[in-house]
Amino acid sequence: MSEPHTNGHAGERTFEVRILRQDSPRTASYWERHRVRYEPDMNVTSVLQRIAAQGETIDGDPVAPVAYESNCLEEVCGSCTMIINGRVRQACSALVDKLLADRPHEIELQPMSKFPVVRDLFVDRRRLFRALEKVHAWLPVDGYYDLGPGPQRSQEDQQRAYPLSECMSCGCCLDACPQYAHVEVERKAGETDEQFRARQNAIFDVNFVGAHAISQAVYYNAHPTGKLNAGERVDALMEAGGVQVCGNAQNCVAVCPKEIPLTTSIARAGRQATKRIFTQWFDQ
Amino acid sequence: MADKQRVMIVGGGLAGLSAAMRMAELGLDVDLISLTPVKRSHSVCAQGGINSVNQLTRQQGDSEWLHFDDTVYGGAFLQHQPPVKEMADWAPRIIDLMDRLGVPFNRTPEGFRDQRRFGGTLFKRTAFAGATTGQQLLYALDDQVRRWSVAGKVSLHETWDYLGPVLDDAGTCRGIVAQDLVTMEIRAFPADAVVIASGGCGLIYGRSTMSMVCTGSAASRTFQAGAKYANAEFIQVHPTAIPGADKLRLMSESARGEGGRVWVPRTPQDKRRPIDIPEDERYYFLEECYPEYGNLVPRDIATREIFNVCTNEGLSVEQDRLCVYLDLTHLPREMLDAKLGGILEIYEKFQGVDPRSVPMKIFPAVHYSMGGLWVDYEKSASGGLVVGSPRNQQTSIPNLYAIGECDYQYHGANRLGANSLLSCIFSGLVVAPGIVNLLKGAKQAAADETQLMAAAQARYQDDHDRLLRRPAGGANPYLLHQQLGNVMTKAATVVRSNDALDEAYGQVCQLNEQARRCSLSDTGNWTNQNVVFTKSLRDMFPIAKAILLGARARDECRGAHFKPEFAMPGLEATDPAEHRREAEAWCDRFEQNTAKWLKTTIATLDGDDEVKLSYEEVDTSLIPPRPRLYGLVGAEVIDEVWKTRQQSKSADGRDGADGRASAAPKTAAAH
Repeated sequence: MSEPHTNGHAGERTFEVRILRQDSPRTASYWERHRVRYEPDMNVTSVLQRIAAQGETIDGDPVAPVAYESNCLEEVCGSCTMIINGRVRQACSALVDKLLADRPHEIELQPMSKFPVVRDLFVDRRRLFRALEKVHAWLPVDGYYDLGPGPQRSQEDQQRAYPLSECMSCGCCLDACPQYAHVEVERKAGETDEQFRARQNAIFDVNFVGAHAISQAVYYNAHPTGKLNAGERVDALMEAGGVQVCGNAQNCVAVCPKEIPLTTSIARAGRQATKRIFTQWFDQ
Repeated sequence: MADKQRVMIVGGGLAGLSAAMRMAELGLDVDLISLTPVKRSHSVCAQGGINSVNQLTRQQGDSEWLHFDDTVYGGAFLQHQPPVKEMADWAPRIIDLMDRLGVPFNRTPEGFRDQRRFGGTLFKRTAFAGATTGQQLLYALDDQVRRWSVAGKVSLHETWDYLGPVLDDAGTCRGIVAQDLVTMEIRAFPADAVVIASGGCGLIYGRSTMSMVCTGSAASRTFQAGAKYANAEFIQVHPTAIPGADKLRLMSESARGEGGRVWVPRTPQDKRRPIDIPEDERYYFLEECYPEYGNLVPRDIATREIFNVCTNEGLSVEQDRLCVYLDLTHLPREMLDAKLGGILEIYEKFQGVDPRSVPMKIFPAVHYSMGGLWVDYEKSASGGLVVGSPRNQQTSIPNLYAIGECDYQYHGANRLGANSLLSCIFSGLVVAPGIVNLLKGAKQAAADETQLMAAAQARYQDDHDRLLRRPAGGANPYLLHQQLGNVMTKAATVVRSNDALDEAYGQVCQLNEQARRCSLSDTGNWTNQNVVFTKSLRDMFPIAKAILLGARARDECRGAHFKPEFAMPGLEATDPAEHRREAEAWCDRFEQNTAKWLKTTIATLDGDDEVKLSYEEVDTSLIPPRPRLYGLVGAEVIDEVWKTRQQSKSADGRDGADGRASAAPKTAAAH
């Protein structure tokens, strides 16, 4: 590992952080540089915390804290996803020692590229959750009264399902996907919350749903209860923006922090779609 | 009028989502606000599992009653027993429900749900989904709520901050005021009932195992609006976490549940690699001191033993901090991957070491708030809850409820592992029918209270605007937060003393003054996280003070609250007669202490924002309090003396040890 930069003050080890900032959705982005004192066990989240506490840039200009989302800080909530040294990942699990070993003296942070920037590194990932609605990613159970346990499942079945259920909706797979285009819907003057949301959803729905939602549909289709209405999910995956849009670049599986077998899910979804076409064709 | 009625839930973790889902099913229209998209709530951090009696343990002698007993015994009898009994009774059905919602619980070879053992019990009561059980439960509930959201019964308002309740002239809650974290819009939401489900307050300690949203601000704002806050001083310090510059990451108790062993080298700060230290030079202190429970003693005890072995015996793995080994290296890799994969990956990712081949270095960390908003309940004839009573989970403010970690109801002085997921889902499910009944009797919909709403909204807008106009040059809120965390961690965690608590209280008051004058580095009105953080920092102080004052006043040891000055050590005498006399004296003292301190601490704020304490009796009508004797020297004799006394005292012949005989079989369906 290369040693972090040592600057003038009493041999204090520091490193530089370059951040692509943007004050609001409709203003231009700009780069800003910060210097941070090195501490052991640092990750990018703690770097952003130090920058907020410092309140000034490398040149001593007072600045507002960098806006970003964060919550669990142990890579299970998906909040703090951003582009770090060119790679989409979570800030919490991006360890400073490793980053500086790969690129000495400097860390570069940018917002995710496929979602509208709200401010700085904070992006609006509503489209990602809309995709889960579109593919009916839930079990349509009869209700929440006591109806006994769920269906028996084999160990093998559980071990196959579990990794898919670790998807934390972070959006790394979407940011890395060539078919997942940036979609930004601007609110029109006089539009109510509901009207805007409805128009936005209609636009989201004709664009690619993405690997995460395909994988969630496959996850529920494999569940003994979910199988009962698998057709609904497959139909959703066959609409505009469905599984057929996938160009098989396989970037999704390469960047997934949870190592979810996304391309396997996409292949299974494709087979389910083909089968459904044939079944429907023969049923006519 | 019923068509105008709405319920507002503040928080979208396990408690908030289970309440939303159940209310929607019962026909209520629900709004839910959350600081984050609900799928990113702190419940995802829960790892190990969820407890209930099950088919297997039942045949080994387990029952709902024993789960209830373990919970109140582990909690040092500080919780009211009816809600805990009801929770233990519902537990098997709650896990069945979560199973039906698709949670991928680990399976046995025959395809049934697998179970493991957790702390504070001798039964394998814990169902689990790898080592990400909280995440899996949350996702199943999130998916159900998404279904209701599409159906129009639940409106999710994500990235909104709750600023406080709206109370009418009679002091009844009629809604809330909240702020959009993106646009900074402040808006009043009328609601005929409000449910706070905002989680714990770990950020008061700076770094903890809790997530960034766990500032306690929602509970504090409710407290500041007049609600009672109970048992604030009971803060759980988890024995096993790994430190980071930004947070302390949990290493689940399930690591020990699956056979993990805690040890330190017998030679202080032994320089050898842990794997090279021979068996006879290792001190498995939990197994030696607690032969029955071993590594699975309740958390307060495990944490104190780690503190003791590191501080008093000087055997910490690392000098200057509490560090011991948690060893999994003797366990088969395939088993570890199947049952603990999630936490092993966390350790590997953050520490860069594979815990399957190298013992983990672990540290205690602030983890859970047993205390929280005081809530009511209605006791049934059988000793549980009257399900459907509007009193269940209601705070001291009418029509304002609290569920999940932000209430104080279920865990007493110490929470058992894998009971938190249960209490969150249980309180969420049980609050729903009570609110249905509450709204049936309502005369006027909150939506008609337009003037009340406008006035409340204006008040919070004014506060917000004044904050943004603060002059520069005041204290830095982020640095104040670090200082607050340091003070609280030093004085109010594992071992407490009155001198240190007094000193900490003075320091916290000073920091509070500085926080009132702190300056913002962002004075804009778009996604201003600086002002949102400053508001939550400001609101940490009332709870921090309640923690310190509650701890200062409580001159005893109970669960997570430990003051060595008032400890009741084991017996010393070797002569049998003297030993017996010591046991009698021990029991006398225990009885006196119970009479004096088996009480709920109630904190309220007076007009000058000063925290005032008072005490309430605890309902221990089902299981009489008995000495908590885990690993104590002389425990057997104390237990004998205790039982003799109870038998001679109790007319109906029921005591803690055979109380289970009176457990009525429960067949009612979950409501």
